[in-house]
Amino acid sequence: MSVDRWVVCEQCDAVYTRRKLQPGEVADCARCGHHLYRRHRFDVEILLALTLATAVVFVLANVYPIVTIDAQGSRNAATVWGAVIATWESGVGFVAFLSAMLVFFFPLAQIVLFSYVLLALHRGARPREFRQAMKALALMQPWSMAEVFMLGILVAVVKLAGMMEVIPGIGLWSFAMLTLLLAALTSYDLQDIWDIAERLDDREAPAAGSTGERA
Amino acid sequence: MSRFVTAAELGLLGCHRCGHVLKRPGQGALGHCDRCGATLHRRKPQSLERCWALLIAAMILYVPANTMTMMRTTNLLNSTDDTIISGVIYLWVQGSWELAAIVFIASVMVPISKFIALLTLLITVRRGSDWDRPGRTRLYRIIEKIGHWSMLDVFVVALLVALVHFDVFGRVEAGGGAVAFGAVVVLTMLASMSFDPRLIWDPPARHD
Ligand SMILES: [Zn+2]
Ligand SMILES: [Zn+2]
Repeated sequence: MSVDRWVVCEQCDAVYTRRKLQPGEVADCARCGHHLYRRHRFDVEILLALTLATAVVFVLANVYPIVTIDAQGSRNAATVWGAVIATWESGVGFVAFLSAMLVFFFPLAQIVLFSYVLLALHRGARPREFRQAMKALALMQPWSMAEVFMLGILVAVVKLAGMMEVIPGIGLWSFAMLTLLLAALTSYDLQDIWDIAERLDDREAPAAGSTGERA
Repeated sequence: MSRFVTAAELGLLGCHRCGHVLKRPGQGALGHCDRCGATLHRRKPQSLERCWALLIAAMILYVPANTMTMMRTTNLLNSTDDTIISGVIYLWVQGSWELAAIVFIASVMVPISKFIALLTLLITVRRGSDWDRPGRTRLYRIIEKIGHWSMLDVFVVALLVALVHFDVFGRVEAGGGAVAFGAVVVLTMLASMSFDPRLIWDPPARHD
């Protein structure tokens, strides 16, 4: 197997021959403007380091309270999981389910699967369940919404600030970091990871090398 | 404008999941991608039908999402029910017009723009229109990118429910509006995912 010579635009079906890009360069579809493929500035090692940092920040963001509110001495704190339980008990199970999946489980699964895939690629081989892991990552990507929750925290804080004292917690700063790191991580196209894995295969089997050819 | 060669014309097929390009095996069942194992389709299956069904369901649910209570604030003296719009007005009156604008954009403008955009795409594709194809594809990319921000108000309610539960100073509870609104966001996301932008470019005869 070798890196594809062709690229097909997934949004308009136009076919191109693949060029070798400079780091940070993006190839756009000349017909519809879609990003066809890119060469990232990060390599696997940087991406792996980012993933592990994201894992640490994810733990902090979920262990420590995001905000604490104080109404004349009575205090309440909230975490993501606290919001899941509170909405469940409030009788809106679907809201609890959405918060749990979109803000907790999907980001967590993304971090775990990215670590799994990248650790193996860093060692120079595909992990055993590479296909399944990549499939799960592709399915979860649109449903991971830490950044939306982050904006939700800001709105909730402003709504409450008029009535009571709002104390930001370690969880808030961790959550902000989590948002940034997850955005950096998921800016990496999954197709790039497929291409990285194929380049590893090529290195092992140099006979299957290929060069660009005109259409 | 130069003429572009399409994968359909060359008998090639780009895998929708991993981008691998395959030589298309005839007209029958396409089987699976030999790189990632995804089930292959020339175009997303029943793209227009699924998109219509999900979009109509979302538009119907958008009515209770706006009329039903999003959250109820109770204290010793009284209780107030908030909808999405009254929540925006509350933020505005409080003086944080920036956040009022953000919530208004995420909860009202984004879903309504998404309804209009998907309706436009569905109708122009069904007619086989050749009107501004790059523009309509860009429109599709925009709604794909912004759709999930509508979940904002659902998360705000979840956080307020978690934070505000005092004996004396009152409590916040979520209402049916939050459930309906969450469902609208999920349905519009599924609707835009099931739409295949390649249909914008296909000649009318080739819709399968
Ligand atoms: Zn294109
Ligand atoms: Zn594939």
